[in-house]
Amino acid sequence: MSDFVARRPIWSLVIIFAVGILAWLIFSVWTPGMEAMLGRKRVFLSALFNGITLGALYFLVASGFTLIFGLMRNVNLAHGSLYLFGGYLGYSVGHLTGSWLLALLAAFIVVGIVGVLMQVLLFRWMEGQDLRQTLVTIGLSIIFADLLLWNYGGDTFQVTTPDWLSGPVQLPFVVALRGNGDPVMMTYPLVRLAILVGAIIVGVLMWLALNRTRVGMLVRAGVDDRDMLSATGVRVQLVFVMIFAFGAGLAGLAGVIGGTFQSLQPGEDTKILLSSLVVVIVGGMGSIPGAAIGALIVGLAEQFGSVYMPTYAVMLTFVIMVAVLAVRPQGLAARR
Amino acid sequence: MAIADLNLEQRARTREGFPAWLARRGTAFWVVAVLLLVMPAIASPFWLVQIFAYSMILGLVALGLMFLAGYGGIVSLAQMTVAACAGYLVAILGDSAISQISLHWPWWMAAPVAILVATLFGTLSGALSVRTEGIYTIMITLAIASAFYYLALQNYTIFNGFSGFNGIKPPVFLGVDWGQNLPFYYLTLACSALAYGAVIYVSRAPFGLALQGTRDNPRRMAALGFDVVAHRIAAYAFASFIAACAGVLLVWYQRQISPGTAGVGPVVDMLIIAVVGGLSRPIGPFIGALVYVLLRTFSLDMLEGVGLDGKRYQLLIGLGFLVIVLFSPDGLIGIWQRLRERYRKGSEAREAGMRIGGGSP
Repeated sequence: MSDFVARRPIWSLVIIFAVGILAWLIFSVWTPGMEAMLGRKRVFLSALFNGITLGALYFLVASGFTLIFGLMRNVNLAHGSLYLFGGYLGYSVGHLTGSWLLALLAAFIVVGIVGVLMQVLLFRWMEGQDLRQTLVTIGLSIIFADLLLWNYGGDTFQVTTPDWLSGPVQLPFVVALRGNGDPVMMTYPLVRLAILVGAIIVGVLMWLALNRTRVGMLVRAGVDDRDMLSATGVRVQLVFVMIFAFGAGLAGLAGVIGGTFQSLQPGEDTKILLSSLVVVIVGGMGSIPGAAIGALIVGLAEQFGSVYMPTYAVMLTFVIMVAVLAVRPQGLAARR
Repeated sequence: MAIADLNLEQRARTREGFPAWLARRGTAFWVVAVLLLVMPAIASPFWLVQIFAYSMILGLVALGLMFLAGYGGIVSLAQMTVAACAGYLVAILGDSAISQISLHWPWWMAAPVAILVATLFGTLSGALSVRTEGIYTIMITLAIASAFYYLALQNYTIFNGFSGFNGIKPPVFLGVDWGQNLPFYYLTLACSALAYGAVIYVSRAPFGLALQGTRDNPRRMAALGFDVVAHRIAAYAFASFIAACAGVLLVWYQRQISPGTAGVGPVVDMLIIAVVGGLSRPIGPFIGALVYVLLRTFSLDMLEGVGLDGKRYQLLIGLGFLVIVLFSPDGLIGIWQRLRERYRKGSEAREAGMRIGGGSP
């Protein structure tokens, strides 16, 4: 941290300044002049929170994608299908058992097993052939999409939010002042906050696992130099299968979460795949902190875009991607 | 990489005239050429336009992809987007039923400008994705393609949003209505033949050879003094030009254009077509396109004939694609070549066996 400040004094100043302005925007009571310029504060705050929670969802999907890519050089274009499959599965399990946590667990395990099967049956036999692996994932995504359409039809599903997570919660942010001077506090759906907290926990756990455990060490070594790692006698295939299972499982888990606060329908798989592609390109391929930064940027851009310039909301994300590519082709958080 | 097998024969025969090249073609080439020329006498209008002309248009789009992937080692998914961009421009600049947006230019201005601008767009997106390599290119071009799709979907002032443009008419020129079945068939045939010839010519010209060099070993080519990035961008430009021409034909064929033309599905379908046909030879994309169009058109009847749900044709396409990728990475062309090799080897072995009289040690 202090290293960064020492190396980039001007950028640090700019960042501190921006964070300060943001904090002031969040905590202050807006004057009528500001409301005229930026719209109502309630809209601004909810766009901010929606963007952050959407970013949490994207992070869950994209971190699996980026792990798989970083370690195995496998661009898994079936990742969106795994997400959708997990979501549908979670819906079915939740419908049968009535338990949201069980749905999460089932989606994580079953989709993880699908990931293991994909790695063991297909990708293991074409190691090092990047293009062929990608083509196989394209074929798989078409097959998955049609199988899911067959099974669940074109209807829209939503995973039921459990009772203990439903309903709004009051946040300590003043949205406006009533006529008599009483502050109006912001209310926000509890489930979204829970998802944000969950994603942060998953992210921290992943960081700890990668940086503090032996398996994490193997994974990091594999990302840097796969051949050298296997030459030192590590059973690389086992590490690959584990990471593929974990990444796929995360996608399935995210499917249930996405199904809870958004909806599940055919076409959602490509949408989430494109989002995670952009997240990974912006953040830097194969890097977990990069996935976090990218997810946050993309989530915020989508939400603020849809509030402040609805016609070009989706374009904004891609403009950001193009800008990052032009300035820093390896992504914001990549080390190279 | 499977597609990266440099055809050594091609390298040896760098320079030869068109007649010499034509004289060297085998019987299969002449059979196909004659068959295509007399097709209108044999086939019904449905087959002529809905199957053959449509496959040739899709084949043209995929041909650009084949050129990039086969000779340049660049797998770009933005080809269909360039085609759709050209199609949109024809609709915007020329005539359509959405008269408050269309500028009503005559076709001989609208079509060339559309091709030019779409080529420029393809080259620019190529210049953006050329900064990345190999597998990254797929991701970035996919992202560019979906950006265009969403732009067309959400913009109503230029692209007319979800509904797009309809009522686009092929031009009447030299007293011929090119929208009629017969002229349209020959128009697409001529464009395909020209593009096919152009790809073969460019692949043997110094530029094409240098491009194949950058595919096989970019660092060595750079050390030899070739500008690798410039070659790749030029390859993008050439492929985009082919795709743009195909886009103009496509919009004349469909007589309408909507964001769905450039959606993620069609964009990926182009890659499927090129890979199923084979990325090693320019004829591959056309074969792939024909198979794809036949599957799309007839799988419903076929599946229901076998007693399955007719709506499952996506599954069929996906499975077929997976089988091809898993078992024959160089596509249908590869299967054909291997069969021919085996046949030739078999007959050679038989001849040899006869000469020796069966007494081999």
